[in-house]
Amino acid sequence: MTPGRGPQFVLGLALWALLLGSVVMAVTFGPADIAPTEVWQTIAHHLGLPFETPVTRLRDAIIWELRLPRVLVAAGIGAGLALCGAIMQALTRNPLADPYLLGLSSGASFGAVAFLLAGAALLMPIGAFFGAGAAMALTLLVTRLLGGATPSRAILAGIAVSALAAAATSFLIFWSATGDSYREILSWLMGSLSGASWGDAGIVLSAVLLLGVPMLLAGRALDAFAFGDAAAATLGIDVAKLRWALLGATALLTGALVAVGGAIGFVGLIIPHVVRLGTGTRHRLLLPVAMLVGACFMVWTDTAARSLFSPRELPVGIITALLGAPIFLLVLLRYRRVT
Amino acid sequence: MSTGIQFDAVRVCAGQSTLLDGVSCRAQAGRLTGLIGPNGAGKSTLMRAALGLVPLADGRISFDGQDLPGMPRRARAQMCAFVEQSGSAEVHLGAREVVALGRIPFQSVWQSVPSPDDDAAVDTALAAVGMSGFAERHYHTLSGGEQQRLQVARALAQQPRLLILDEPTNHLDVHAQLSILGLLRRLARSGATVLLALHDLNLAAAFCDDLVVLHHGRLVAGGAPEAVLTPALLRDVYAVGASLLRHPGTGRPMIAYDVSPE
Repeated sequence: MTPGRGPQFVLGLALWALLLGSVVMAVTFGPADIAPTEVWQTIAHHLGLPFETPVTRLRDAIIWELRLPRVLVAAGIGAGLALCGAIMQALTRNPLADPYLLGLSSGASFGAVAFLLAGAALLMPIGAFFGAGAAMALTLLVTRLLGGATPSRAILAGIAVSALAAAATSFLIFWSATGDSYREILSWLMGSLSGASWGDAGIVLSAVLLLGVPMLLAGRALDAFAFGDAAAATLGIDVAKLRWALLGATALLTGALVAVGGAIGFVGLIIPHVVRLGTGTRHRLLLPVAMLVGACFMVWTDTAARSLFSPRELPVGIITALLGAPIFLLVLLRYRRVT
Repeated sequence: MSTGIQFDAVRVCAGQSTLLDGVSCRAQAGRLTGLIGPNGAGKSTLMRAALGLVPLADGRISFDGQDLPGMPRRARAQMCAFVEQSGSAEVHLGAREVVALGRIPFQSVWQSVPSPDDDAAVDTALAAVGMSGFAERHYHTLSGGEQQRLQVARALAQQPRLLILDEPTNHLDVHAQLSILGLLRRLARSGATVLLALHDLNLAAAFCDDLVVLHHGRLVAGGAPEAVLTPALLRDVYAVGASLLRHPGTGRPMIAYDVSPE
């Protein structure tokens, strides 16, 4: 039985509480010891709420300027990647689809690196938008040249485009990067949130809100794709329009996320799969739950990335891959058993 | 009062080839109409054209006087349902969720849970195909016949006045074939227009009120089974020799194919 309005409300409330708690707890992790109450007080103070603030200016700066923006960026990236992955899996009817598989992330990385090396670091998100969009257009074009949109053809095209974009990125770096920027770019390419600012948080959170809400509303229409395009069309869905709108939104969102956090893999792949085991495949439930779970997941993996080997910092992409690959294998094996 | 679906001089082209060439026929409300013809005759194309899935090069398809392919998709989905040839089994949905897909045309984007009307329509549809006890099962764990019955239930959940089905008995055992066709005939008797493509001519003869015969994209015959199914038509269209018998109970035509003894 699909859960009704009441249980869904409770689930949503619980997940929001979990996310809020995760954000506050994650901020307490780090070289300087900070208590959860200090985090609450600092946030309340900056939001203009009438609380005394006994937090010193140094600790206030650590919480508000260093740690909170980074934790919020992590939450936004996790939510956005999980949403993009779930939507692409539904649209392509392929459990392996995610922004990485269809070449969007590699394209976004290429666009971002190109703008960075051209000396326009501030315009990196725009470069990533264009890169993701171009990669998606190329993937769709190659898919069409292969003879029409089937899941396997889209994936093959995505792999080819991904390889091309990765090679072009490597070439750019080889050609123009010097020692320091080389190391910085490599760390960013692997996915790293170090040095995330309020500006980054603004980019990620506004992209997730502005693009994510309309994408969530498409949930019911996405259900109609379970038995393919023709079935969706006879259920009253404008298949071509919806597909273009959602793929476009996915490219934009992926671009914004990659520009800030680099190519963080596996989140878009595993979160929807894990969530689906609990919620089923109804997208009006799956999409928002996947976003909240993805946000919590990224908050904690990024916290692990910066604290496990402190003071050295691991690119968070390595952790998501380490966690993600085995979980993904388990999901694959489970699907193999039941089919 | 519904009058049914009317095809007028329908022409469909794909590139250089003509898939349907001036097909005029109709399926009346309250009757079960079978679409027959060999592979590649244009049966699927005719049904897909009615649903707006392939464009018409010429002609008109109307339902109760309204242009069917040209209707807004959502309005069409609220009165016309389609069951494709055996849908993919690789779908990880519950049986009830599959049937609930039929309610999508009636739901707004803001609606996050099914309305009481939706739930009632899904329950009724599950009961109509005898699958109420399977509601909590996973679609991919069900047999081909059970999956097909769920597809029909999904179509019924759309509460359609026009039901179009492409080979609904494919890959089913005899019992499942008879039960699906019996269900469709009851549905037609309740006033719906039911148009279905069939390969098995004996099933078509036993259940359909009217038959429409396509061959190479053209209409070659139409009418009651006993008028349409003749040895000459079977030879010309299907390239088989056959004798026509009568069912001892119902009097309906039965086909005995000529098979040379070894």
